[in-house]
Amino acid sequence: MRHTLWAVVYGVIILAAAVATNFGRDLAYQVAAVTVILAAGILFIREVKLIGSPVPAPATGYMDNVVRYGLIATVFWGITGFTVGVWIAFTLAFPEMNLGFAYTAFGRLRPLHTSAVIFAFGGNALLMSSFYVVQRTTASRLFGGNLAWFVFWGYQLFIVLAATGYVLGATQSKEYAEPEWYVDLWLTVVWVAYLVVFMGTIYKRKEPHIYVANWFYLAFILTIAMLHIVNNLSIPVSIFGAKSVQVFSGVQDAMTQWWYGHNAVGFFLTAGFLGMMYYFVPKQAGRPVYSYKLSIVHFWALIFLYIWAGPHHLHYTALPDWAQTLGMVMSIILWMPSWGGMINGLMTLSGAWDKLRTDPILRILVVSVGFYGMSTFEGPMMAIKAVNALSHYTDWTIGHVHSGALGWNGMITFGAIYYLTPKLWKRESLYSLKLVSWHFWLATIGIVLYASSMWVTGIMEGLMWRAVDSQGFLVNSFADTVAAKFPMYVVRGTGGLLYLTGALIMAYNVRKTIVGAGAAKPVNAVPAE
Amino acid sequence: MAKKPVKKEDPKTTGHSWDGIEEFNNPLPRWWLWTLYLTIIWGIAYVIAYPAWPLINGATPGLLGYSSRIEVKNDIEAANAALEGLNTRIVEADLTAIESDEELLNYAKRGGAAIFFTNCAQCHGEGGAGADGFPNLNDDDWLWGGSIEDIHLTISHGIRDETDYDGRVGDMLAFGDDQMLEPEQIDILAAYVPSLSGAEVDPAIAEEGQALFLDNCAACHTDDGSGDVFVGSADLADHIWLYGDGDEETIRQTITHGRKGLMPSWTGKLTEAQIRMVAVYVHTLGAE
Repeated sequence: MRHTLWAVVYGVIILAAAVATNFGRDLAYQVAAVTVILAAGILFIREVKLIGSPVPAPATGYMDNVVRYGLIATVFWGITGFTVGVWIAFTLAFPEMNLGFAYTAFGRLRPLHTSAVIFAFGGNALLMSSFYVVQRTTASRLFGGNLAWFVFWGYQLFIVLAATGYVLGATQSKEYAEPEWYVDLWLTVVWVAYLVVFMGTIYKRKEPHIYVANWFYLAFILTIAMLHIVNNLSIPVSIFGAKSVQVFSGVQDAMTQWWYGHNAVGFFLTAGFLGMMYYFVPKQAGRPVYSYKLSIVHFWALIFLYIWAGPHHLHYTALPDWAQTLGMVMSIILWMPSWGGMINGLMTLSGAWDKLRTDPILRILVVSVGFYGMSTFEGPMMAIKAVNALSHYTDWTIGHVHSGALGWNGMITFGAIYYLTPKLWKRESLYSLKLVSWHFWLATIGIVLYASSMWVTGIMEGLMWRAVDSQGFLVNSFADTVAAKFPMYVVRGTGGLLYLTGALIMAYNVRKTIVGAGAAKPVNAVPAE
Repeated sequence: MAKKPVKKEDPKTTGHSWDGIEEFNNPLPRWWLWTLYLTIIWGIAYVIAYPAWPLINGATPGLLGYSSRIEVKNDIEAANAALEGLNTRIVEADLTAIESDEELLNYAKRGGAAIFFTNCAQCHGEGGAGADGFPNLNDDDWLWGGSIEDIHLTISHGIRDETDYDGRVGDMLAFGDDQMLEPEQIDILAAYVPSLSGAEVDPAIAEEGQALFLDNCAACHTDDGSGDVFVGSADLADHIWLYGDGDEETIRQTITHGRKGLMPSWTGKLTEAQIRMVAVYVHTLGAE
């Protein structure tokens, strides 16, 4: 009966999506509708096959299969996103790489890259690690039965809908919030389900206290829900078309967008990943967290302050001065609360520093925390209006974002993947620690090339833009600055290539570990006679 | 677990344990706390000094009375005041005399370059080298004259800009579209025109081509095809081509559909001083 009911529900969805395909006014929308037909079709067939099967006994123990899928998705989307990133980085140096098709133009591939790395790679890393961590630290199975599976697959569908939309030209033109209204609505549903799974698991926990990692994960999930809904308020032109019109306009729209944009950094890429840091660093180091007190103080300070910082993206614009002032002041006060996480991460290693020599996974985690510290110093500095006057709109911003994204988010995710893979697939160890070392060095050198080349071009570009002669005339044209940046663009692309190579090595290592090759023997393998 | 070689005794943990993770309760690092306090104190001082807290009607103005809008207004006024003398001089000077005044020449060239990069380079290219359909300003070939007065007139009022009645107009007619010539005749003309600049021409059509040219084209392009700046007709006898590179196909298209390249009028968008500056800049690129 249950299966019949679900099959009917999927059938209705298929029908509705078929109607939407038929009436669709643009290709992006139609492709999205066909994607929905395919997804619902697979589920429909699955349910029909299950009709009449006995009701399975409720599963017990940790729900780790969804974490395994999440880990593989993280690796897959990571490599996808890095590849597109390397491609567009070289496109900036060699514009012929646009290939002359609308679909491969920089303007379409750029959001494909940012969304793939932030939401597909980072998002899956957060999903799977939060599902793993919340179960371990509450000693409870995930709440809501198959709801966690809905969250996982629903999120992958969101990624596919968003990505196909970008390539086919459907965009809201809001940075990091490019997906159009129907994709936004779907993500809202998935996200609420995520919140329910996470909150439910915490609610039924068997530990008396809630571990700090879960505070950060919860803050991330809640705040992203709020930001996503408010920033994507829009009215579709037609329910059968991709295009929508924003509810806010002008400076209100800009302010809402950067309130969202900066807190995507603050809550998605910082709070969520601090949740990862608070589990995997003490685990891998085998040491207690440095300071409970510090974790409370920096958690609340971070949560309180981040939400104010958005206006620093709009210095010297039509945004009123008072909002700029608050954005800048809160950004600077945010410096120490951000560093609280770094201190707690690094000082957790005190008493275990020797492990850095032998354990490349710990090294990845420590470098990640180091880059976190560096970019959370750089951020407040760039929020100062006088500095921002030079750095804004230049490649310095790109460099800043990437030292955070590649250094902090990427590296902590790699560390978590290396930690989790043998545990999830019940292997003695990773296939190869030597390959982890290779990954570590390739990624680190890649980041250094990336960040330093962008500092150079960013500052050069800023200085060239503002250069005026004694009579007050601009010395350079915009194209002069573009030409001057060429060598550094090649260096940046090379850095990205190294980073991608490291990730490919990781994928190989993870695969070998999963299949149980080499050192990564199954834990309970029967010894050969 | 093996005992670690720690020198200091570990402090006591909070007693919590999650999946084996424990927590110390070390005090907040002193330097951390004091830096946090310092940023807060600085923040309080800053929001007192600058516009900060939104109220019902506007925001707190701050003790310094700062406003970015007033700041930029003052900056622009100061810059304008500093250049006022030069601007007056360049407007009052005779156009032909500007280039012999060294100070004015420098002002016009640098300021003109900045204006050119912002407003002209989109069509005429960064160095004024032009593009297909957009004239090269570096050579000595001028459709509408390359004297400083002519350039000044072109920039001030544009060419074929319907918003400015003082601008000059002169179309390359659409002989094909408007049925003034048969397609076969256009083919012959397209094959003939390159011969004006010295190319070999099929003797079979040379005579008819010349006759057609003299009947239909020479009125504007003159008998030898060297063009006339008075009507803005192109010089067909040199090797400089505005559309294409002298190939028959492009010439055929030009004769069939005509050409109406548009140079916008800049009066009202740029000040007279700015127009003069950019005119001098362009004049020095490919002076006549």
